[in-house]
Amino acid sequence: MSLLQVNNLGVEFQTGDGPVFAVNGVSFALERGQTLGIVGESGSGKSQTVLAMMGLLAKNGRATGEALYHGQNLLAMKTAELNKIRGNRVAMIFQDPMTSLNPYLTVERQMTEVLQLHKGMSRRDAKKRAIELLDAVRIPEAARRIDMYPHEFSGGMRQRVMIAMALLTEPEVLVADEPTTALDVTVQAQILALLKELQRDFGTAIVMITHDLGVVAGLCEQVMVMYGGRVMEQGSADEIFYRPTHPYTIGLLGALPRLDHDTAELVSIPGNPPNMARLPKGCPFSERCSMADARCAAELPPLAPAGAILRACHRAPEHVMKQGEAIHG
Amino acid sequence: MLLKNKQNALGDALLAAGLDALPVAGRSPWRDARERFFRNKAAVVSLVLLLLITLACVFGPMLLPHSFDDTDWDAMALAPTWQNMHLFGTDELGRDLLVRTLIGGRISLMVGLLATIASVAIGIAWGATAGFIGGRVDTLMMRLVDMMYAVPYLLIAILMVTLLGREFYLVVLTITVFSWMDMARVVRGQTLAIKSKEYIEAAHAIGVSTPAIIFRHIVPNLLGIVVIYTTVTVPGVILTESVLSFLGLGVQEPMTSWGVLIEEGTGVMETTPWMLLFPGALLSLTLYCANYIGDGMRDALDPKDR
Amino acid sequence: MWSYVFRRVLMTIPTILVVITVCYLMLHLTPGGPFDTERKVSEAVMANLQAKYHLDLPLWQQYLYYLKGLLQGDLGASFRYADWSVNELVAKALPVSLTIGGVSLLISVVIGVLLGTVAALRQNSAIDYLVMLIGNLGSAFPSFVIGPVLILVFALWLSWLPSGGWQDFELRYMVLPMALLTFINVSTIGRVMRGSLIEVMSSNFIRTARAKGLPTRTIVLRHAFKPALMPVVSVLGPLAISSITAAVVTESVFSLPGIGKLIVNGASNRDYTLVLGLVVLITVLAVLLNLLVDLAYALLDPKIRY
Repeated sequence: MSLLQVNNLGVEFQTGDGPVFAVNGVSFALERGQTLGIVGESGSGKSQTVLAMMGLLAKNGRATGEALYHGQNLLAMKTAELNKIRGNRVAMIFQDPMTSLNPYLTVERQMTEVLQLHKGMSRRDAKKRAIELLDAVRIPEAARRIDMYPHEFSGGMRQRVMIAMALLTEPEVLVADEPTTALDVTVQAQILALLKELQRDFGTAIVMITHDLGVVAGLCEQVMVMYGGRVMEQGSADEIFYRPTHPYTIGLLGALPRLDHDTAELVSIPGNPPNMARLPKGCPFSERCSMADARCAAELPPLAPAGAILRACHRAPEHVMKQGEAIHG
Repeated sequence: MLLKNKQNALGDALLAAGLDALPVAGRSPWRDARERFFRNKAAVVSLVLLLLITLACVFGPMLLPHSFDDTDWDAMALAPTWQNMHLFGTDELGRDLLVRTLIGGRISLMVGLLATIASVAIGIAWGATAGFIGGRVDTLMMRLVDMMYAVPYLLIAILMVTLLGREFYLVVLTITVFSWMDMARVVRGQTLAIKSKEYIEAAHAIGVSTPAIIFRHIVPNLLGIVVIYTTVTVPGVILTESVLSFLGLGVQEPMTSWGVLIEEGTGVMETTPWMLLFPGALLSLTLYCANYIGDGMRDALDPKDR
Repeated sequence: MWSYVFRRVLMTIPTILVVITVCYLMLHLTPGGPFDTERKVSEAVMANLQAKYHLDLPLWQQYLYYLKGLLQGDLGASFRYADWSVNELVAKALPVSLTIGGVSLLISVVIGVLLGTVAALRQNSAIDYLVMLIGNLGSAFPSFVIGPVLILVFALWLSWLPSGGWQDFELRYMVLPMALLTFINVSTIGRVMRGSLIEVMSSNFIRTARAKGLPTRTIVLRHAFKPALMPVVSVLGPLAISSITAAVVTESVFSLPGIGKLIVNGASNRDYTLVLGLVVLITVLAVLLNLLVDLAYALLDPKIRY
């Protein structure tokens, strides 16, 4: 049994204009100490996928399918049951460290409450442990600063606090939703190095959500590329990066600046991220895909095995790779 | 102070709307706003009702067979009836309540209109000047606004009408004195934002005088926000007039207003409750409509969720 | 912290001083005003005024004497009643107003926060609709319409309570006025609390709290309640000031012998010095209330540095 096994996960929102299917048919398995990267533009459904797992969807949202943690379906649990797992065995780091901490409570209060709740610690012991964790994420003078309010920390420091808070209970799974997006580049690198190190020390499995392929390359064994609420391509990081067979993945890689190709121009994907309420009938990417034909627009490609990976595209892998070479050199 | 921060935040939030609504940017933002407003059913219904009330107040008394101080000797303290067209009944002097209510509405609406225009004008001038000149003048001018907020204005209004008298225009003046500050704050905030825009700098550079810049360049660009705050000012002003009248400190006999009628009605509500209920209902309906129109305007011109 | 308090206290002094000065000058410089030498008043009153207001001295000296009197807590003499000082009149009236106003403000904070909280947590429930209905009614129907309607229903039709008047703090006479003030305040507080709690509950840090596995009770009480309360605290200042207005109307409606009634009577009797004294007194109270609210806000918000 996998640590975390997600089967055919879907997310549906009731809106004024009828239902919107934000996530469709996402499946993956995650083992201890492994990292899965979920990549996509904004609105691709990558965040909603993990929010659904954590029971954090907005009020008008509903999750379907299964998310099995040690075989227990998180999606079918009552809130009280789920509360024993989330924040304890499965923890989450959010995108925006500036707004994700409660401005009215000290860092100490926000950290100790986790340990008091899940580990039954006294507040004093909890504080000791919290200071250890703040030390571990390299917050200087942790013992003094723990009694401060979030606004007294810088953005990078706040994200460290978020990470320390998520790791308090030594969770088996850490879900990180764009943990570095709001930070500047040098801080990003520090935070990623920190996550890697902590993963090595604690053996935590990580689900890393990002739109930044650089982050994925440095951290993940598995990658899932999402677009328009669907998985486009899924497999080992090496396969996806070095032999991408999906036009969207190739587009994403083309949009990534690379130091080793000083002549290559940055090729951006034409068009805008899709409007989830008005997706095309066929492949969601077909409107922006340079290789799409009539079939792509009309018929949804299934996510099917192709060699070592899974991909959802009507065009043959060899064909896509050849055209990709032509465009991106 | 806190209120000021809140106001500034509101100003900032409205900024986008205000700037998008620049006439310079073409007509379409205004058309968008109009469409949004007309999609808002509550606001449209309110607008229609308010128009009907206004029309009734203006033309109703001319069409009805009674005058507002005529005594109908056959019908004293008469409950609402079709007889003789006393649809709202009569008071204990036999005066037709419908006509009196409509005439009272004329005064209430007129005071509302005049005081709103005056306070909007003062507010714009004050806020734009403070924001444009900036520095110590700005601090001083806005400090005065803060002070006026801290003062229980109704009491000073009472002092003013006590001293000055209760002529129609004095009542308007009194109300105006305490109704311009919201507008001044918002306009100042907007002015500060617009001031840093390039076309103002350009005007400065070619030597256009300061008052000319304020009135030719800044004021027209404040339109969106001014429209919103004008509609928000109307119900407040009407309410203040009614309170003063209700306390017996508003317009004097033989003139009447909704507040006066409600006060009269309160005195005799045991025997003739309609004298309280009809003017009260009409005033409340007017305020209700004005509030909804204000909300509708804000939503239309400031599409961001509040 | 203390230096912040000190600075904030200092800032109230100019406001108070400006209000006193403006009102004083208005009283003295208005043609036909109370200190116009052409006026005829009874000799006893004139003697009293001489003694109190030093009318034989130049204006600036009179003013200084008046300020000195204020500093010693002396609000001056009544212009109408030779035997009464403003202080004596206030001493009788103030407890009535403070009891009615204070108790109902306290009750409405509790009820408003409770209702607003429940409404926000159970959106579209019966309580939610109730809060929205109260909010709507309270913002459209003026107190001097609701008040008489309360009297009509509970005093005249049902005969449960007296229609007005006062008897030595007897509860029967306080119920309706308090109910009216509470209703008006709850309509604001309930609406503000509902809106702010809904906003807070959808904020990112509440999502974090849920992700930590905290039970709903802890999330609401520990994480959401205090931030949601901040907008309520910041409306308390304006609300306290509008309570003074409401008190004037309420005391008029229910004929309560409070400050509001005193000032309205003073105004209709043209008892200028009484009105001036009351305006000064209430302005000081209002400014102090605002000060307290600001300090409370600063104390609650960790982001405000002193």
